[in-house]
Amino acid sequence: MTISTKGLVRVLPKRSTRSRRITPWLFLLVPLALLVTFTYVPVSNMLYYSFTSWDGLDANKALVGFSNYVAVFTRPQFLNVFAVSLYYVAASIIQMGLALYFATILSFSTRFRNLFKGILFFPYLINTVAISFVFLYLFQPGGTLDTVLGVIGLGGTQHHWLGDPSIVNFSLAGTSLWRYLGLNFVLFLGAIQSVPGELYEAAELDGANRWQQFRYIIAPGIKRIISLSFILAISGSLSAFEIPFIMTGGANGTTTFVIKAYQEAFTYSQVGLASALAVVLLLVVLVVTFIQRKLVPDEDVSLS
Amino acid sequence: MTTQLTPPKTPTPSTTTSGTITKRPVNGRKLRSSRVKSTAAVTGKYVSLVVMSLIVVIPLVVVLFASLKTSAEYARTGPLQPPTNWLNFANFAKAFTDGNMVVGFINTGFILVVSLIGTILIGTMAAYALDRFDFRFKKVVFGLFLVATLVPSVTTQVATFQVVLALGLFDTPWAAIALFTGTDIISIYIFVQFMQSIPKSLDEAAMIDGANRFGIYWRVILPLLKPAIATVVIIKGIAIYNEFFIPFLYMPDSNLGTISTALYRFKGPYGTQWEVIGAGTMIVIIPTLVVFLLLQKFIYNGITSGATK
Repeated sequence: MTISTKGLVRVLPKRSTRSRRITPWLFLLVPLALLVTFTYVPVSNMLYYSFTSWDGLDANKALVGFSNYVAVFTRPQFLNVFAVSLYYVAASIIQMGLALYFATILSFSTRFRNLFKGILFFPYLINTVAISFVFLYLFQPGGTLDTVLGVIGLGGTQHHWLGDPSIVNFSLAGTSLWRYLGLNFVLFLGAIQSVPGELYEAAELDGANRWQQFRYIIAPGIKRIISLSFILAISGSLSAFEIPFIMTGGANGTTTFVIKAYQEAFTYSQVGLASALAVVLLLVVLVVTFIQRKLVPDEDVSLS
Repeated sequence: MTTQLTPPKTPTPSTTTSGTITKRPVNGRKLRSSRVKSTAAVTGKYVSLVVMSLIVVIPLVVVLFASLKTSAEYARTGPLQPPTNWLNFANFAKAFTDGNMVVGFINTGFILVVSLIGTILIGTMAAYALDRFDFRFKKVVFGLFLVATLVPSVTTQVATFQVVLALGLFDTPWAAIALFTGTDIISIYIFVQFMQSIPKSLDEAAMIDGANRFGIYWRVILPLLKPAIATVVIIKGIAIYNEFFIPFLYMPDSNLGTISTALYRFKGPYGTQWEVIGAGTMIVIIPTLVVFLLLQKFIYNGITSGATK
């Protein structure tokens, strides 16, 4: 006891107010430097570039006002990327519905529950290049999908899944659904399972059926995670990139927002134009996030 | 006292639930009411589960089939036909050597280890400062981190590229390491949230024993953060192993291929030799499968706490 009191006397006066004020900044020095260098500098530069006609190399960046933005909203090739995003948005809505369905049925007692859970979730963990190759193989003319359709008697529905411009976006959005379903499913399942069991017991005593249990206990209990997943899904759909880029390279009318921005910046050296595209995408994502925060306020913001 | 030292296993996902969180509350209890449930509903449930499982498994299994076939066999047989020799690993050997997969694994491993150490140190330091100190502009700093989570990094690469170029990191593994370490704000949140469950009295006790702030961070806080570190290692590790765009954009040198870019570039020369490409694909997927089977529980928890922050 005496020792620690001595320690107290010895230590406390040494700590001047100034050093105490500096200490947190020492811990924050590196994290903040990285945050500014790799998030805030790029975002502000991007805003600046978007008002120039910069090619990415020239020392001079000529200001061109809003002309890049006008191009983004008027040229058909750019407007098309908005349309392509809709396929992914639609797929992610189906994905959320499926995830909710499977999470609900698996939250009730089920044989091989963990096996089903593992199978449904696993695609989310797989490398995107590997997934893209798996589906390139699947969609090949005369490949797995065509064979399976033939086996189950749907031979008439065989298509050029990646060659036909009217179908290719469905194939790619479907691949994306296959990959991300597991994430939504596991998030929903976790949320459903954290609803206290007594609630179900009480509901059952009151004679509530399965649908009523879902409607009045499960759904309200997981409202927050649903709205959060919805935002992740929407911003994910808008910034879809890897699967279409690897599988088709943006050919056949499969160019998404990010593929377009990538091509403009790194293939055609139109950094100004690419930045305008990226700024528009960023703004859309921010607006969607803002709307979600307004509609479903975070009850427990644990920070600040 | 010692019992208090152990914080909860995982930072509980911040749902609206208060009180105890019972895992699997419904199991068993539901069985009693199952006789009410019609057989049709049960059948429908299992049919839907089996169909969905087939949709997940078939695309993967057919690639495995293809990867075990010889090229003559591949040409002769349909995709659903299993290989005649389940131990024909010739395609795997070919993919490993011709596809630069060894280099890919080495590069990915190096980037993974350095980025994880960096993320843990930077994330815990930031979290320590934000949770354990009161200082001017604390709200502003919080705001800076908070707003940054809203910016999907894929949208800003056009401009990030110029920053990486200016720093001289282009075409070095440090480009990927800097970006993985510097743009990971989610882990800071995981650390802050977990740190809130570590009682402040521990810091005070250590301070009375003469430890300075850095000593407290290093010897008291960091060891207690182990479960949170495990969570970050899992979600971040999977993300880095799977990342394609960053190595593709910043490390075009073929000696700097990661497993993603090595596999991607492999397809060029092998075009339609699906038995070889399939083997390369399997080489990338199998480690993920093994890790998943070994660490299932941690992965589910990690993904849940990572995504809901």
